[in-house]
Order: sequence, then structure tokens, then C-alpha cells
Amino acid sequence: MRRRAAHILPAVLLAAAALGAWELYVDLGGVDPAVLPAPHAVAAALWENAGLLWQNFKITAEEVVLGLGLALLSGFALAVAIHFSPLLRRAAYPHAVGSQAVPIAVIAAPLVFWWGFGIFPKLVVIALICFFPVVVTTVDGLAAVDPDQLKLLRTLDASRWQAFRFAELPAALPAALSGARIALAVGVIGAFIAETSTATTGPYAGLGREIMSDLNSLQAPREYAATAVLFVFAIACFYALTLAERRLAPWTTRPTGDPR
Amino acid sequence: MSQGLRAGPQPFETAVPGRAVSVSGVSRTYAQRDRAGGGATQGGVTKGDTARAVQALADVSLHVDRGELLAVVGPSGCGKTTLLELICGLQTPDVGTVRSEPAALMPQHDLLLGWLSAVDNAALALRIARLPRAQARARASALFAELGLDGFETARPYELSGGMRQRVAFVRTLLSGKPVLCLDEPFGALDAITRAEMQGWLARALQREPRTVVLVTHDVEEAVLLADRVVVLCPRPGRTVAELEIELPRPRARTDPAVTALREQALIALGLGLGLGAA
Repeated sequence: MRRRAAHILPAVLLAAAALGAWELYVDLGGVDPAVLPAPHAVAAALWENAGLLWQNFKITAEEVVLGLGLALLSGFALAVAIHFSPLLRRAAYPHAVGSQAVPIAVIAAPLVFWWGFGIFPKLVVIALICFFPVVVTTVDGLAAVDPDQLKLLRTLDASRWQAFRFAELPAALPAALSGARIALAVGVIGAFIAETSTATTGPYAGLGREIMSDLNSLQAPREYAATAVLFVFAIACFYALTLAERRLAPWTTRPTGDPR
Repeated sequence: MSQGLRAGPQPFETAVPGRAVSVSGVSRTYAQRDRAGGGATQGGVTKGDTARAVQALADVSLHVDRGELLAVVGPSGCGKTTLLELICGLQTPDVGTVRSEPAALMPQHDLLLGWLSAVDNAALALRIARLPRAQARARASALFAELGLDGFETARPYELSGGMRQRVAFVRTLLSGKPVLCLDEPFGALDAITRAEMQGWLARALQREPRTVVLVTHDVEEAVLLADRVVVLCPRPGRTVAELEIELPRPRARTDPAVTALREQALIALGLGLGLGAA
């Protein structure tokens, strides 16, 4: 417990120092509070609007988790397919790169036209924003397996599938998980883009919509409070994935200082 | 040119009785860029290309009888690894024929899979043969107990010393169930003390689990200590220059005059005279 406290202390201290400097800057009249609210005003807004923010947070969290799930699945599947098929690699890889340049606003209309005002078009937007790092890292991870190891598996009569299952897949897993972490880092902002570019009919539309409406109605403290929730949520997701990684690929988290 | 039509050594029906491996008149040449690892193919090259080609083996013939331990000794560049890959069916000769009973390779570097425990690494061939995990582990564990590896079953490769890793790699090779074991400088990367220890261990392990073995090494003493017969290869291109029968009782001692005499004989065949090889 003590070690854990020591572990998070630097981040807490840095946050405290930054918030303190920010507070002083606003209090000493460096900026109009309507433009940049002071941390104490944001904290008050967070407290007063806890219910509203919680309802919106649940919407956004669901989008992020499901959207990332979709991104990881599709990204991983595409990477494996590309690994097995040089033809598909030549056919699909350039377009996967190009897809990253498509502004979401351009495709938002057809997405809503096809799938309506529900959650699904938002998941597609998040997946589109997040799948690419998973594809790149997984393709490279699969290709980086030691060729001598594959040769060894051949002498043990392994089939192509068994070589994949016993050597390539586990060898690529750490790289794929790194891709997942990058995807996760952009997943939260992906949810913001998804919410603000597609229409919603429910009573709560997520933190992204909340931020945009606060921005338009000059509710700066609440806008920053919602942003703070997204900030903390991204950190929580990141560490949740790190924990999952220890489960999925325990050999990568070997104790430090080992001889190899 | 009698080139093998299928990848790998030809089946063994036409074999001399009691013979496990026979290599006759085999030559193998690589294009130089293949050696650098740039090209995916390792096809033979035509005569016009000789400037850019490296001949690994030139007209090499040898055989291994069933249950025999043949040591192949030579300096680096004499085509030892190529020879083993030919026997294991990972390559085909440009010229000549390779006939062998099914052979398993123990590579120079252990190539243990970092994501599997020691016992799962050892049982890899059984899992590939679709044995259920529990049964595969049980069979590997039994060998662990027999061969002085008990207590290390659940260790991950990075937790093991170099000697232990080689032991696990050897058990993995044993459990492939193939009658011929091809050991490629199994102790080359170990320090001298661990190597001496491992040589004794291998001799005992083969007493318990007799197999036909082709042991490739650059250590002449190791060859004389362990083998029934020693073939000496010379480099560039790899060719056989001597063959020594080692008819000494086991276990053999390094200091036995008969062992040192045979060692000198092998060193002379390699062009290293008396005195030079004594270091």
C-alpha cells in the first residue's frame, strides 16, 4: 500500500502544482474567468452538477469501451489477415492509412443515415479513429517473430496454424497491446468527436455534447468540469489496460534487473 | 544433377539395414545475399554466379548407424549447421542425396518460447501432436524428474541459467519422438565449467533415453568424450578430412591418455599440430 502511494505521488504532486499555479493566475487577474475559470470554480461546478455529469459520463464511458472493443477486434483481425495474405497487405494497407485522413464530419451524415441516432454510428466513429495503431503494431509484431523459432517449429512438424498459435501470436501480443494503449489514449477524444458529429435523441447525450452545449451557453466552469471527468477517465482506462496486460502477457512484465 | 524433388530427406525404405542417416555426395551452395539474411529463398545458384556464392558443403558423404552418436567437428564456416538442416529436411541438397529417419533439431540457441513455462516448452512437440495439455505436461515432467530438472517445471525461460535452458531444449528435442536427434553446438554458448557439467549430463541422459545422435561441435574434446565416431570437416568449402572411431569405454575422462591421443589426431586433421591444440 505504501509503495503504491509512493508510486502515484509524483503525478498527484504535479497535478497539485499545476492547479495551484492555474488558480493563482486566474485569481491575480491574469485572465477573465469567463474565458478560463479558476480550479475552485471548476471544482464547485463538478460538485453542483455531479448528477448531470454522472448521467452523461455513463453514456460516454459506454461508447468508449464498446468503441475501443470494436477498434481492437477489427484492427487485430485486419492485422492477422494482412499477415497471412501479402495480397491483402498490398490491397488494404494503403487504404487503412488513407482512412486516417478522412474528417469524421464528412462521413457522419451517411453513418447516421445508415444506422440512425443510436450508439452504433458513434462506435463506428471511435473504431475508425482508434483501429489504425492496433493494425500497425500488430502487423509489425507478427512479422518480427524470430525466423529461427519458426524453423524450429517446422522441425517439430507444426502446421502453419500451429506456428501462428505457438509462436507468432504470443510474440506479437506485447506489440498489439502497445497499439491498444495508443488506441485507448485517442479513444476518449474519439468519443468526443463521435458525439459532436452525430445526432442523438436521448435525454443525455454524453460528456462531449455536454461540453459543446456549455461552450455555447458560456457555462465555462461546467465545461471544464466535464473535461476533468474525461481526463480522469482516460487515465483510468489506460491503467485498466496495463493491468489486463499483466494477465494477458505476463512474460513481458518480468522483474527488472534479470540477467537476460 | 540428382536434385531431390520434395523438400526434406527422402524416405528411408532403400536404406542399408541398421542405418539411420546417410548423406552421399552432397554439395550445397548459397548465394551470398542469402547468408546476409536479405533474400527469402535459399535456392542453389548456377556456375556463372560463383563469385557471389558461398559453397557450404562440397561432396560430403557420411552415415550414422541406429543408436550411434556421431560427432561432426570443424571450425566455423565448415557447413555444420547446413548439414544438420539437410538431415532435418529444412533444406535440400543441390547435388547428392540425403536419406534420414525423421530427425529433430536442437538449435544452437535454445529458442525456448518466452511465453511458455519450462515444462510447456519441453512439451511443445507433444502439444503440436495435439496431445491434451495435461498429458503433455505429465510426460515432460516425468523426463524433468529423470534428467535433473525437477523443481524447474513452472519456471519461465528467462529465470533459467544457460545450462538449464539447454537442458530444457534437449528435453524438447527428445519429446519430439523422432529417432534421430541433431544437436547443433548445444553447449557452444556456455562457459567452460558449465559445458563440462553439461557434457556429463548429456552422456547420462542419452544412456537413459538412447537415440541416434548427430552432434555438431567445434570442440574436439567434446566430440571425443561423447561420440562413438568423429567426422572432421574443413571449411570453405565444407568437406570431410578425417574420420575417427572412438572405441573407448564410458564414462570417459578428459585426462585419459587415449582421449588426449584421439583429440590430437583430430586436431592434426584440422591442421593444428601438437602443442598448438593443447591450450
